[in-house]
Amino acid sequence: MNKAAERLYNGLIQENPTFVLMLGMCPTLAVTTSAMNGLGMGLTTMVVLALSNLMISSLRKVIPDRVRIPAFIVIIASFVTAVQLLLEAYLPSLNDALGVYIPLIVVNCIILGRAESYAYSNPPIPSLFDGIGMGLGFTMALTLIGMFREILGAGTIFDFRIMPEAYTPIGIFVMAPGAFFVLAALTATQNHIKAARERAGKDASRIGSGCAQDCMTCGDSACTKRFYDEHTDRQEDVKEEK
Amino acid sequence: MESAKELLLLLIGSSLVSNVVLSQFLGLCPFLGVSRKVKTAAGMGTAVIFVITLASAVAGVIYKYVLQKLGIEYLQTIVFILVIAALVQFVEMFLRKSIPSLYEALGVYLPLITTNCAVLGVALTNVQKEYGIVAGIVNGFATALGFTIAIVILAGLREKMEYNEVPEAFRGMPLVLLTAGLMAIAFNGFSGLL
Repeated sequence: MNKAAERLYNGLIQENPTFVLMLGMCPTLAVTTSAMNGLGMGLTTMVVLALSNLMISSLRKVIPDRVRIPAFIVIIASFVTAVQLLLEAYLPSLNDALGVYIPLIVVNCIILGRAESYAYSNPPIPSLFDGIGMGLGFTMALTLIGMFREILGAGTIFDFRIMPEAYTPIGIFVMAPGAFFVLAALTATQNHIKAARERAGKDASRIGSGCAQDCMTCGDSACTKRFYDEHTDRQEDVKEEK
Repeated sequence: MESAKELLLLLIGSSLVSNVVLSQFLGLCPFLGVSRKVKTAAGMGTAVIFVITLASAVAGVIYKYVLQKLGIEYLQTIVFILVIAALVQFVEMFLRKSIPSLYEALGVYLPLITTNCAVLGVALTNVQKEYGIVAGIVNGFATALGFTIAIVILAGLREKMEYNEVPEAFRGMPLVLLTAGLMAIAFNGFSGLL
Protein backbone atom coordinates (compact mmCIF):
# COMPACT_ATOMS: atom_id res chain seq x y z
CA MET A 1 0.00 0.00 0.00
CA ASN A 2 3.06 2.18 0.50
CA LYS A 3 3.52 2.33 -3.24
CA ALA A 4 -0.02 3.67 -3.64
CA ALA A 5 0.56 6.44 -1.12
CA GLU A 6 3.79 7.35 -2.88
CA ARG A 7 1.96 7.66 -6.23
CA LEU A 8 -0.70 9.89 -4.63
CA TYR A 9 1.96 12.16 -3.12
CA ASN A 10 3.82 12.22 -6.42
CA GLY A 11 0.75 13.34 -8.36
CA LEU A 12 -0.47 15.87 -5.82
CA ILE A 13 2.80 17.59 -4.93
CA GLN A 14 6.01 16.30 -6.42
CA GLU A 15 4.95 16.12 -10.06
CA ASN A 16 1.75 18.15 -9.91
CA PRO A 17 0.63 18.22 -13.55
CA THR A 18 -0.32 21.90 -13.59
CA PHE A 19 1.93 23.64 -11.08
CA VAL A 20 5.10 21.61 -11.70
CA LEU A 21 4.91 19.96 -15.12
CA MET A 22 2.70 22.50 -16.92
CA LEU A 23 0.66 19.88 -18.72
CA GLY A 24 -2.83 20.18 -20.18
CA MET A 25 -2.98 23.94 -20.45
CA CYS A 26 -5.96 24.16 -22.83
CA PRO A 27 -8.56 23.00 -20.28
CA THR A 28 -6.73 24.77 -17.46
CA LEU A 29 -7.21 28.12 -19.13
CA ALA A 30 -10.61 27.49 -20.59
CA VAL A 31 -12.69 26.16 -17.71
CA THR A 32 -11.25 27.93 -14.66
CA THR A 33 -13.69 30.84 -14.87
CA SER A 34 -15.04 29.74 -11.49
CA ALA A 35 -13.97 27.39 -8.70
CA MET A 36 -16.95 25.13 -9.38
CA ASN A 37 -16.10 24.66 -13.06
CA GLY A 38 -12.46 23.97 -12.19
CA LEU A 39 -13.49 21.35 -9.63
CA GLY A 40 -15.91 19.69 -12.05
CA MET A 41 -13.39 19.54 -14.88
CA GLY A 42 -10.68 18.25 -12.51
CA LEU A 43 -12.83 15.45 -11.16
CA THR A 44 -14.05 14.45 -14.63
CA THR A 45 -10.46 14.28 -15.86
CA MET A 46 -9.45 12.31 -12.77
CA VAL A 47 -12.06 9.63 -13.39
CA VAL A 48 -10.97 9.24 -17.02
CA LEU A 49 -7.29 9.27 -16.08
CA ALA A 50 -7.60 6.66 -13.33
CA LEU A 51 -9.75 4.30 -15.41
CA SER A 52 -7.68 4.60 -18.56
CA ASN A 53 -4.46 4.09 -16.59
CA LEU A 54 -5.94 0.95 -15.05
CA MET A 55 -7.13 -0.36 -18.39
CA ILE A 56 -3.93 0.40 -20.30
CA SER A 57 -1.81 -1.09 -17.57
CA SER A 58 -3.90 -4.28 -17.54
CA LEU A 59 -3.58 -4.55 -21.32
CA ARG A 60 0.08 -3.55 -21.52
CA LYS A 61 1.23 -7.05 -22.45
CA VAL A 62 -1.44 -7.39 -25.14
CA ILE A 63 -1.04 -4.05 -26.94
CA PRO A 64 1.70 -4.25 -29.61
CA ASP A 65 4.33 -1.58 -29.21
CA ARG A 66 3.92 -0.10 -32.68
CA VAL A 67 0.21 0.67 -32.42
CA ARG A 68 0.18 1.64 -28.78
CA ILE A 69 -0.67 5.33 -29.33
CA PRO A 70 -3.83 4.61 -31.39
CA ALA A 71 -4.74 1.93 -28.86
CA PHE A 72 -4.35 4.40 -25.99
CA ILE A 73 -6.46 6.95 -27.83
CA VAL A 74 -9.28 4.45 -28.42
CA ILE A 75 -9.27 3.40 -24.75
CA ILE A 76 -9.21 7.00 -23.52
CA ALA A 77 -11.88 8.12 -26.00
CA SER A 78 -14.16 5.29 -24.87
CA PHE A 79 -13.91 6.33 -21.23
CA VAL A 80 -14.43 9.98 -22.13
CA THR A 81 -17.57 9.08 -24.07
CA ALA A 82 -18.89 7.02 -21.15
CA VAL A 83 -18.20 9.81 -18.66
CA GLN A 84 -19.78 12.38 -20.97
CA LEU A 85 -22.96 10.33 -21.24
CA LEU A 86 -23.09 9.99 -17.44
CA LEU A 87 -22.65 13.76 -16.99
CA GLU A 88 -25.36 14.47 -19.55
CA ALA A 89 -27.71 12.22 -17.61
CA TYR A 90 -26.94 13.17 -14.01
CA LEU A 91 -25.20 16.57 -13.99
CA PRO A 92 -26.57 18.42 -17.02
CA SER A 93 -25.66 21.85 -15.60
CA LEU A 94 -21.96 20.95 -15.32
CA ASN A 95 -22.08 19.36 -18.75
CA ASP A 96 -23.44 22.60 -20.21
CA ALA A 97 -20.87 24.73 -18.40
CA LEU A 98 -17.93 22.67 -19.65
CA GLY A 99 -19.38 22.09 -23.12
CA VAL A 100 -16.91 21.02 -25.78
CA TYR A 101 -14.08 20.72 -23.26
CA ILE A 102 -15.46 17.42 -21.94
CA PRO A 103 -14.91 15.47 -25.20
CA LEU A 104 -11.62 17.33 -25.58
CA ILE A 105 -10.30 15.52 -22.50
CA VAL A 106 -9.29 12.91 -25.09
CA VAL A 107 -6.45 15.12 -26.31
CA ASN A 108 -5.41 16.28 -22.84
CA CYS A 109 -1.65 15.77 -22.64
CA ILE A 110 -1.79 14.58 -19.04
CA ILE A 111 -3.75 11.46 -19.89
CA LEU A 112 -1.69 10.31 -22.87
CA GLY A 113 1.44 11.39 -21.05
CA ARG A 114 0.70 9.18 -18.03
CA ALA A 115 -0.34 6.28 -20.25
CA GLU A 116 2.93 6.49 -22.12
CA SER A 117 5.28 7.24 -19.25
CA TYR A 118 3.73 5.26 -16.39
CA ALA A 119 0.80 2.94 -17.07
CA TYR A 120 2.34 1.20 -20.09
CA SER A 121 5.31 -0.01 -18.05
CA ASN A 122 3.85 -0.59 -14.56
CA PRO A 123 1.36 -2.99 -12.94
CA PRO A 124 -2.36 -2.09 -12.67
CA ILE A 125 -2.72 -1.10 -9.01
CA PRO A 126 0.12 1.46 -8.90
CA SER A 127 -1.11 2.77 -12.27
CA LEU A 128 -4.60 3.26 -10.86
CA PHE A 129 -3.20 5.22 -7.94
CA ASP A 130 -0.90 7.14 -10.25
CA GLY A 131 -4.01 8.19 -12.19
CA ILE A 132 -5.88 9.14 -9.02
CA GLY A 133 -2.89 11.08 -7.67
CA MET A 134 -2.32 12.96 -10.92
CA GLY A 135 -6.06 13.56 -11.23
CA LEU A 136 -6.25 14.94 -7.69
CA GLY A 137 -3.26 17.16 -8.37
CA PHE A 138 -4.96 18.46 -11.51
CA THR A 139 -8.25 18.96 -9.62
CA MET A 140 -6.51 20.86 -6.84
CA ALA A 141 -4.71 23.10 -9.33
CA LEU A 142 -7.83 23.85 -11.38
CA THR A 143 -9.88 24.58 -8.27
CA LEU A 144 -7.22 26.93 -6.89
CA ILE A 145 -6.87 28.79 -10.19
CA GLY A 146 -10.66 28.91 -10.47
CA MET A 147 -10.96 30.32 -6.93
CA PHE A 148 -8.33 32.93 -7.66
CA ARG A 149 -10.06 34.08 -10.82
CA GLU A 150 -13.48 33.98 -9.20
CA ILE A 151 -12.40 36.11 -6.20
CA LEU A 152 -10.84 38.77 -8.41
CA GLY A 153 -13.36 38.61 -11.21
CA ALA A 154 -16.62 38.22 -9.29
CA GLY A 155 -15.74 38.58 -5.59
CA THR A 156 -17.08 35.12 -4.73
CA ILE A 157 -15.86 31.56 -4.09
CA PHE A 158 -18.17 28.70 -5.05
CA ASP A 159 -20.80 31.45 -5.47
CA PHE A 160 -20.47 32.58 -1.82
CA ARG A 161 -19.71 36.28 -1.54
CA ILE A 162 -16.26 36.73 0.01
CA MET A 163 -15.26 40.26 -0.84
CA PRO A 164 -17.13 43.19 0.79
CA GLU A 165 -19.94 44.85 -1.12
CA ALA A 166 -17.75 47.87 -1.85
CA TYR A 167 -15.36 45.72 -3.90
CA THR A 168 -15.76 46.27 -7.62
CA PRO A 169 -15.02 42.99 -9.39
CA ILE A 170 -12.27 43.11 -12.01
CA GLY A 171 -14.43 41.52 -14.67
CA ILE A 172 -11.53 40.79 -16.99
CA PHE A 173 -10.32 37.97 -14.74
CA VAL A 174 -13.30 35.77 -15.51
CA MET A 175 -12.96 36.52 -19.21
CA ALA A 176 -10.48 35.06 -21.68
CA PRO A 177 -7.66 37.60 -21.26
CA GLY A 178 -7.66 37.04 -17.49
CA ALA A 179 -6.79 33.39 -18.04
CA PHE A 180 -3.66 34.38 -19.94
CA PHE A 181 -2.65 36.87 -17.23
CA VAL A 182 -3.14 34.34 -14.43
CA LEU A 183 -1.13 31.74 -16.30
CA ALA A 184 1.59 34.30 -17.03
CA ALA A 185 1.85 35.05 -13.32
CA LEU A 186 1.95 31.33 -12.57
CA THR A 187 4.74 30.59 -15.05
CA ALA A 188 6.69 33.63 -13.86
CA THR A 189 6.47 32.28 -10.29
CA GLN A 190 7.65 28.92 -11.56
CA ASN A 191 10.60 30.48 -13.37
CA HIS A 192 11.51 32.33 -10.21
CA ILE A 193 11.40 29.20 -8.05
CA LYS A 194 13.29 27.24 -10.67
CA ALA A 195 16.06 29.83 -10.88
CA ALA A 196 16.31 30.02 -7.09
CA ARG A 197 16.55 26.24 -6.83
CA GLU A 198 19.19 26.02 -9.50
CA ARG A 199 21.24 28.64 -7.71
CA ALA A 200 20.94 26.57 -4.53
CA GLY A 201 22.21 23.56 -6.46
CA LYS A 202 19.00 21.53 -6.30
CA ASP A 203 17.46 19.55 -9.15
CA ALA A 204 14.77 21.67 -10.79
CA SER A 205 14.63 20.00 -14.19
CA ARG A 206 11.07 18.78 -13.70
CA ILE A 207 9.61 22.23 -13.14
CA GLY A 208 7.83 23.46 -16.22
CA SER A 209 8.93 20.54 -18.35
CA GLY A 210 5.48 19.95 -19.79
CA CYS A 211 3.38 21.29 -22.62
CA ALA A 212 3.39 25.02 -22.26
CA GLN A 213 7.12 25.02 -22.69
CA ASP A 214 8.09 22.30 -25.08
CA CYS A 215 5.56 19.46 -25.16
CA MET A 216 8.36 16.97 -24.63
CA THR A 217 6.55 14.98 -22.00
CA CYS A 218 3.62 14.38 -24.30
CA GLY A 219 5.52 11.92 -26.43
CA ASP A 220 4.42 11.53 -30.01
CA SER A 221 0.78 12.07 -29.40
CA ALA A 222 -1.61 14.65 -28.04
CA CYS A 223 0.74 17.55 -28.32
CA THR A 224 2.54 15.69 -31.06
CA LYS A 225 6.21 15.41 -31.88
CA ARG A 226 9.19 16.27 -29.73
CA PHE A 227 8.45 19.49 -30.03
CA TYR A 228 7.58 22.00 -32.67
CA ASP A 229 9.76 24.92 -32.10
CA GLU A 230 13.33 23.72 -32.30
CA HIS A 231 12.38 21.02 -34.74
CA THR A 232 10.56 23.20 -37.27
CA ASP A 233 12.83 26.19 -36.86
CA ARG A 234 15.83 24.00 -37.50
CA GLN A 235 14.28 22.47 -40.60
CA GLU A 236 13.38 25.92 -41.90
CA ASP A 237 16.94 27.06 -41.31
CA VAL A 238 18.31 24.06 -43.17
CA LYS A 239 15.99 24.85 -46.07
CA GLU A 240 17.10 28.47 -46.15
CA GLU A 241 20.75 27.50 -46.17
CA LYS A 242 20.20 25.38 -49.22
CA MET B 1 -29.33 25.42 -47.30
CA GLU B 2 -27.82 28.31 -45.41
CA SER B 3 -27.99 31.76 -46.95
CA ALA B 4 -24.80 33.53 -47.97
CA LYS B 5 -25.36 36.18 -45.33
CA GLU B 6 -25.43 33.65 -42.52
CA LEU B 7 -22.24 32.07 -43.80
CA LEU B 8 -20.52 35.46 -43.93
CA LEU B 9 -21.56 36.16 -40.34
CA LEU B 10 -20.26 32.73 -39.35
CA LEU B 11 -16.96 33.48 -41.07
CA ILE B 12 -16.48 36.72 -39.13
CA GLY B 13 -17.78 35.24 -35.89
CA SER B 14 -15.51 32.22 -35.87
CA SER B 15 -12.36 33.93 -37.08
CA LEU B 16 -12.41 37.19 -35.14
CA VAL B 17 -15.12 37.43 -32.50
CA SER B 18 -14.69 34.05 -30.81
CA ASN B 19 -11.11 33.48 -31.88
CA VAL B 20 -10.05 29.88 -31.45
CA VAL B 21 -6.92 30.49 -29.38
CA LEU B 22 -7.59 33.85 -27.79
CA SER B 23 -11.06 33.17 -26.50
CA GLN B 24 -11.49 29.39 -26.67
CA PHE B 25 -7.94 28.29 -25.81
CA LEU B 26 -7.82 25.53 -28.41
CA GLY B 27 -4.54 24.84 -30.19
CA LEU B 28 -2.59 26.62 -27.50
CA CYS B 29 0.45 24.35 -27.81
CA PRO B 30 1.40 25.33 -31.39
CA PHE B 31 0.28 28.91 -30.68
CA LEU B 32 2.89 29.26 -27.94
CA GLY B 33 5.43 26.87 -29.43
CA VAL B 34 5.73 27.83 -33.12
CA SER B 35 5.39 31.58 -32.78
CA ARG B 36 9.04 32.58 -32.54
CA LYS B 37 9.39 33.64 -36.18
CA VAL B 38 6.76 35.13 -38.49
CA LYS B 39 7.78 32.81 -41.31
CA THR B 40 7.32 29.59 -39.38
CA ALA B 41 4.13 30.95 -37.84
CA ALA B 42 2.69 31.67 -41.28
CA GLY B 43 3.66 28.18 -42.47
CA MET B 44 2.01 26.60 -39.46
CA GLY B 45 -1.09 28.74 -40.02
CA THR B 46 -1.40 27.67 -43.65
CA ALA B 47 -1.07 24.02 -42.72
CA VAL B 48 -3.71 24.44 -40.01
CA ILE B 49 -6.14 26.09 -42.47
CA PHE B 50 -5.59 23.23 -44.90
CA VAL B 51 -6.05 20.45 -42.33
CA ILE B 52 -8.96 21.93 -40.38
CA THR B 53 -10.98 22.78 -43.50
CA LEU B 54 -10.46 19.28 -44.86
CA ALA B 55 -11.09 17.62 -41.50
CA SER B 56 -14.34 19.49 -40.88
CA ALA B 57 -15.55 18.49 -44.35
CA VAL B 58 -14.72 14.82 -43.80
CA ALA B 59 -16.05 14.79 -40.23
CA GLY B 60 -19.26 16.47 -41.37
CA VAL B 61 -19.85 13.90 -44.11
CA ILE B 62 -19.08 10.97 -41.80
CA TYR B 63 -21.35 12.34 -39.09
CA LYS B 64 -24.27 12.83 -41.45
CA TYR B 65 -24.01 9.73 -43.62
CA VAL B 66 -22.50 7.16 -41.25
CA LEU B 67 -23.05 8.02 -37.61
CA GLN B 68 -26.53 9.52 -37.94
CA LYS B 69 -27.66 6.88 -40.39
CA LEU B 70 -26.63 4.07 -38.05
CA GLY B 71 -27.86 5.94 -34.97
CA ILE B 72 -24.49 5.84 -33.23
CA GLU B 73 -23.90 9.58 -32.75
CA TYR B 74 -22.51 8.93 -29.28
CA LEU B 75 -19.38 7.43 -30.85
CA GLN B 76 -18.48 10.81 -32.42
CA THR B 77 -15.46 11.51 -30.20
CA ILE B 78 -13.76 8.19 -30.94
CA VAL B 79 -14.61 8.25 -34.64
CA PHE B 80 -13.56 11.87 -35.15
CA ILE B 81 -10.18 11.53 -33.50
CA LEU B 82 -9.31 8.37 -35.44
CA VAL B 83 -10.55 9.88 -38.70
CA ILE B 84 -8.52 13.05 -38.16
CA ALA B 85 -5.34 11.14 -37.31
CA ALA B 86 -5.74 8.91 -40.37
CA LEU B 87 -6.66 11.87 -42.58
CA VAL B 88 -3.51 13.80 -41.69
CA GLN B 89 -1.33 10.77 -42.41
CA PHE B 90 -3.11 10.26 -45.70
CA VAL B 91 -2.82 13.91 -46.73
CA GLU B 92 0.88 13.82 -45.95
CA MET B 93 1.43 10.75 -48.12
CA PHE B 94 -0.72 12.15 -50.93
CA LEU B 95 1.07 15.49 -50.99
CA ARG B 96 4.50 13.87 -50.93
CA LYS B 97 3.66 11.71 -53.94
CA SER B 98 1.52 14.07 -56.02
CA ILE B 99 2.14 17.73 -55.19
CA PRO B 100 5.78 17.97 -54.03
CA SER B 101 5.80 21.77 -54.12
CA LEU B 102 2.93 22.00 -51.64
CA TYR B 103 4.50 19.25 -49.56
CA GLU B 104 7.71 21.24 -49.47
CA ALA B 105 5.81 24.19 -48.01
CA LEU B 106 3.54 22.41 -45.54
CA GLY B 107 5.18 19.03 -44.97
CA VAL B 108 7.08 19.95 -41.82
CA TYR B 109 3.96 21.11 -40.07
CA LEU B 110 1.53 18.35 -41.00
CA PRO B 111 2.63 15.71 -38.48
CA LEU B 112 2.51 18.35 -35.78
CA ILE B 113 -1.20 18.95 -36.22
CA THR B 114 -2.40 15.34 -36.10
CA THR B 115 -4.26 15.58 -32.84
CA ASN B 116 -4.05 19.29 -32.22
CA CYS B 117 -7.07 19.96 -30.04
CA ALA B 118 -8.30 22.71 -32.37
CA VAL B 119 -8.99 20.17 -35.16
CA LEU B 120 -11.05 17.90 -32.94
CA GLY B 121 -12.60 20.95 -31.28
CA VAL B 122 -13.93 22.29 -34.58
CA ALA B 123 -15.38 18.92 -35.59
CA LEU B 124 -17.16 18.60 -32.25
CA THR B 125 -18.38 22.21 -32.24
CA ASN B 126 -19.86 21.70 -35.71
CA VAL B 127 -21.90 18.81 -34.35
CA GLN B 128 -22.89 20.55 -31.12
CA LYS B 129 -24.10 23.66 -32.92
CA GLU B 130 -25.84 21.51 -35.53
CA TYR B 131 -24.14 23.11 -38.52
CA GLY B 132 -24.77 21.46 -41.89
CA ILE B 133 -21.86 20.23 -43.98
CA VAL B 134 -21.37 23.56 -45.84
CA ALA B 135 -21.67 25.67 -42.69
CA GLY B 136 -19.31 23.23 -40.97
CA ILE B 137 -16.66 23.70 -43.65
CA VAL B 138 -17.04 27.49 -43.48
CA ASN B 139 -16.78 27.34 -39.68
CA GLY B 140 -13.66 25.16 -39.93
CA PHE B 141 -12.01 27.48 -42.43
CA ALA B 142 -12.89 30.57 -40.39
CA THR B 143 -11.61 29.05 -37.16
CA ALA B 144 -8.31 28.14 -38.80
CA LEU B 145 -8.08 31.59 -40.36
CA GLY B 146 -8.51 33.06 -36.88
CA PHE B 147 -5.72 30.82 -35.63
CA THR B 148 -3.43 32.00 -38.43
CA ILE B 149 -4.18 35.67 -37.81
CA ALA B 150 -3.48 35.28 -34.09
CA ILE B 151 -0.27 33.27 -34.46
CA VAL B 152 1.20 35.58 -37.12
CA ILE B 153 0.48 38.67 -35.00
CA LEU B 154 1.99 37.00 -31.93
CA ALA B 155 5.09 35.98 -33.88
CA GLY B 156 5.50 39.55 -35.14
CA LEU B 157 5.30 40.88 -31.59
CA ARG B 158 7.74 38.27 -30.33
CA GLU B 159 10.27 39.18 -33.02
CA LYS B 160 10.06 42.81 -31.90
CA MET B 161 10.48 41.89 -28.25
CA GLU B 162 13.32 39.45 -28.70
CA TYR B 163 16.14 41.73 -27.57
CA ASN B 164 14.24 43.67 -24.93
CA GLU B 165 15.38 43.83 -21.35
CA VAL B 166 12.87 41.75 -19.38
CA PRO B 167 12.90 40.84 -15.66
CA GLU B 168 14.47 37.42 -15.25
CA ALA B 169 11.36 35.62 -14.04
CA PHE B 170 9.28 36.90 -16.96
CA ARG B 171 11.63 35.75 -19.72
CA GLY B 172 10.23 33.16 -22.11
CA MET B 173 6.75 31.80 -21.58
CA PRO B 174 5.36 34.36 -19.07
CA LEU B 175 6.06 37.25 -21.44
CA VAL B 176 4.45 35.37 -24.34
CA LEU B 177 1.38 34.69 -22.21
CA LEU B 178 1.12 38.34 -21.18
CA THR B 179 1.33 39.35 -24.84
CA ALA B 180 -1.36 36.82 -25.68
CA GLY B 181 -3.52 38.25 -22.89
CA LEU B 182 -3.21 41.77 -24.28
CA MET B 183 -4.06 40.43 -27.73
CA ALA B 184 -7.10 38.73 -26.24
CA ILE B 185 -8.27 42.07 -24.84
CA ALA B 186 -7.85 43.61 -28.28
CA PHE B 187 -9.78 40.77 -29.89
CA ASN B 188 -12.56 41.30 -27.33
CA GLY B 189 -13.21 44.54 -29.16
CA PHE B 190 -14.47 42.55 -32.14
CA SER B 191 -17.48 41.39 -30.12
CA GLY B 192 -19.18 44.65 -31.09
CA LEU B 193 -19.10 43.53 -34.73
CA LEU B 194 -21.96 41.06 -34.60
